[in-house]
Amino acid sequence: MGQITLQDVQKSFGPVHIIKGADLDIADGSFVVFVGPSGCGKTTLLRLIAGLEDVSGGKILIDGKNVVDTPPAKRGLSMVFQSYALYPHMSVRGNIGFGLKMAGLARDEINRKVEAAAATLNLSPYLDRKPRELSGGQRQRVAIGRAIVREPKAFLFDEPLSNLDAALRVQMRIEVTRLQKQLGTTAIYVTHDQVEAMTMADKIVVLNGGKIEQYGSPLELYERPANLFVAGFIGSPKMNFVTGELALQRGAATIGVRPEHLKIERDGGSGWPGTIAVAEHLGSDTFLYVDAGSLGMLTARYIGELSLHAGDRVSLVPDPARIHRFDESGNALRG
Amino acid sequence: MATRQTQFLARSLLTPAVGLLFVWMIVPLALTIYFSTLHYSLLDPGSEAFVGLENFRYFLTDPAFLASLQNTLVLVGSVLALTILLGIPLALLMDQPVIGRNFVRLMVIAPFFVMPTVSALVWKNLLMHPVSGLFAWLAKLVGATPIDWFNDVPLFAVILIVAWQWLPFATLILLTALQSLDEEQKEAAEMDGASAVSTFIYITLPHLARPITVVILIETIFLLTVFAEIFVTTGGGPGLQTTNIAFLIYSQALIQFDVGSASAGGLVAVVIANIVAFFLVRIVGRNLEA
Repeated sequence: MGQITLQDVQKSFGPVHIIKGADLDIADGSFVVFVGPSGCGKTTLLRLIAGLEDVSGGKILIDGKNVVDTPPAKRGLSMVFQSYALYPHMSVRGNIGFGLKMAGLARDEINRKVEAAAATLNLSPYLDRKPRELSGGQRQRVAIGRAIVREPKAFLFDEPLSNLDAALRVQMRIEVTRLQKQLGTTAIYVTHDQVEAMTMADKIVVLNGGKIEQYGSPLELYERPANLFVAGFIGSPKMNFVTGELALQRGAATIGVRPEHLKIERDGGSGWPGTIAVAEHLGSDTFLYVDAGSLGMLTARYIGELSLHAGDRVSLVPDPARIHRFDESGNALRG
Repeated sequence: MATRQTQFLARSLLTPAVGLLFVWMIVPLALTIYFSTLHYSLLDPGSEAFVGLENFRYFLTDPAFLASLQNTLVLVGSVLALTILLGIPLALLMDQPVIGRNFVRLMVIAPFFVMPTVSALVWKNLLMHPVSGLFAWLAKLVGATPIDWFNDVPLFAVILIVAWQWLPFATLILLTALQSLDEEQKEAAEMDGASAVSTFIYITLPHLARPITVVILIETIFLLTVFAEIFVTTGGGPGLQTTNIAFLIYSQALIQFDVGSASAGGLVAVVIANIVAFFLVRIVGRNLEA
C-alpha cells in the first residue's frame, strides 16, 4: 500500500514562503509527476514527503497515518537522487544492500534481495564493481536498485534522468515506467521536463510559485488546462495566446490555440493572416513561426512535410472546438 | 606541449629553474657525504683525514642512536594518533552550522601560525612550569601535587606540545574534506535508515580515508625532524629521554663538535626517513589511488 495524502502542506525557509498550502491525493500504485519551472517548489515538496525537510504546517498522510514527525527512514519511502548519491567506496552490492544492512537483515537475505533487484535491473554482472567503474545509465540503475530493494510504499524520484544524454534519457524513461507498472508501487517523480511528465505520468501535478496549479491526467491537462500557466506550460511547442478584439468576440480576455490546432492555408484564406518568419522542417513535422501583425508571433504545427518557407504569406485557421478561453485573472472559462 | 617546437621551448624555459634546484640540493648532499667520510672535529681543526665508514660505525653503535630512534618513532606515532583522533571530532564539530563559525575556525588555525620556539616557550614557562605554570595552579586548586612535566614525563610533554601545534593542520584538512562530502549521500543514508553513528562509520569515515592519508604523510615528514620544541624545553634530556634523531645529530655537530659523525648521522636520518616513507606508502598510500 502506498496512498499519500497532503493536507494544506506549507513550507517556509525563514521569511520565504516556498510551499503555500498544497493539497493532494495520490492513489496507491499511481505514477504522479510533479512538474513546473525551476524554483516552483517541486523538489521541496518531494523532500517534505521524504522527510528530508520538516513541514512548517499541514499534514502528510501515508496510508492514513500522519508522518510529519516520523523520521525519513521510518516513512517506508525510498528516494532516487538527482546526483544518484551512490556511496563511492561501496560496491554495487554494498550500495543496493546498505538500507537492508541498516535494517539489520541477515546477510543471506540481503544477498538474495540484492541479487533479485540486480537481476530486475540487468545489473547482475556489475555487482562487485564500484560506482566509478560504471556508466551513467548503470549508476542510474544502481540508484533505482537501491530504491526498489527495500520494497517501499512509494518511490520518490528527484529529477533522476537530468544527468543522462538525450538517447539514454528516453530509454530510462521507458524502463522506469515499465518497472513501476511491474512493481505496482506508488511513485512520485519530479521533473522540469514536460515531455517526461506527459509520457510517464498517470497524473501530473503542475506547480508554480509554490502552489498547485492543476492536478490531473496528462490528457486532461492538455485538453482542459485550468489556467493560462498550465496551458502555456503543457504542450510543445507552447500554446499561442491572443488577446484583444478576437478574444473579446469569444467572450474572453485571452484565447489560446495550440500550434497543432491551427490549420495552415495559403494566403487569402479565411483565417488569421501573417508572414512566415522561420520555418522548421523536421520531416515528421513542420513548425512555422508566423508574424501575424497585431496578433504577435504565432506558432503553427503541421504533421508531415509542408513546402512553405520564410517570407511566404499564410493564413491560420483555428479549430473552433479547440480554442481555450481564459478570463482576466487567467482562469479557464468553460462552456 | 603538442608539437616538437613547444616541447623544446618548454624544456629550455624550464632548464634554469630545474638546474638551480638541482644544484641547490646536490651541493649540500655531496658535502654531507664527503664530510661523513672524514675525521672532522671542530675542536681539532686541521686534523681532517679520510676514515672511510668509521663515522657511520661510530654513530650507529652509539647507544644514544637506538634510544633516539625509539624516541623519534614514539614521538611521530603519538602525535599522528593524537592529531587524527582529536582532529576528526573537532572537524565534525566545526562542520556544524554554529554562530561565529568563521571566527571559531580562525581560532583553531591559530596554533599553526605560532613559531615552534615560541609555542614551546609558552608551554614551558606559562603552562607546564611546575611552580608557576597554569597546570600546576590547576593541580593545586584541586589539591593534587603539580606534575613536573619536563622531569617526570618529558617525552609526553614534548608530544603534547607538538600535537597541539599540528592539531589545527589535521583539523583543517579533515574539515575541508568533510565539506566536500556530498550532502545527497548523507540524505541517501538517512533515507536508508542509517543512524548518525552508522552514517559516520559507513559514509563519513570512508570519505575521510584519503585526507587522513594526506595528513599522515605530510605530518610524518615534518615530525621526523622535530627540533625546536625539544631544544627549547628539555634540551634532549633528562638523559636521552627526549633526544630524537634530529636532536642527536645537532648534539654531535654543535655540542660535541664532531662534524664527521653528525654528517654520517644526517645520512642515516635520510635513510630512516625513506624507510618510513616506504612503509607509509605501502600501508596508507593505496588510499590515494583512484
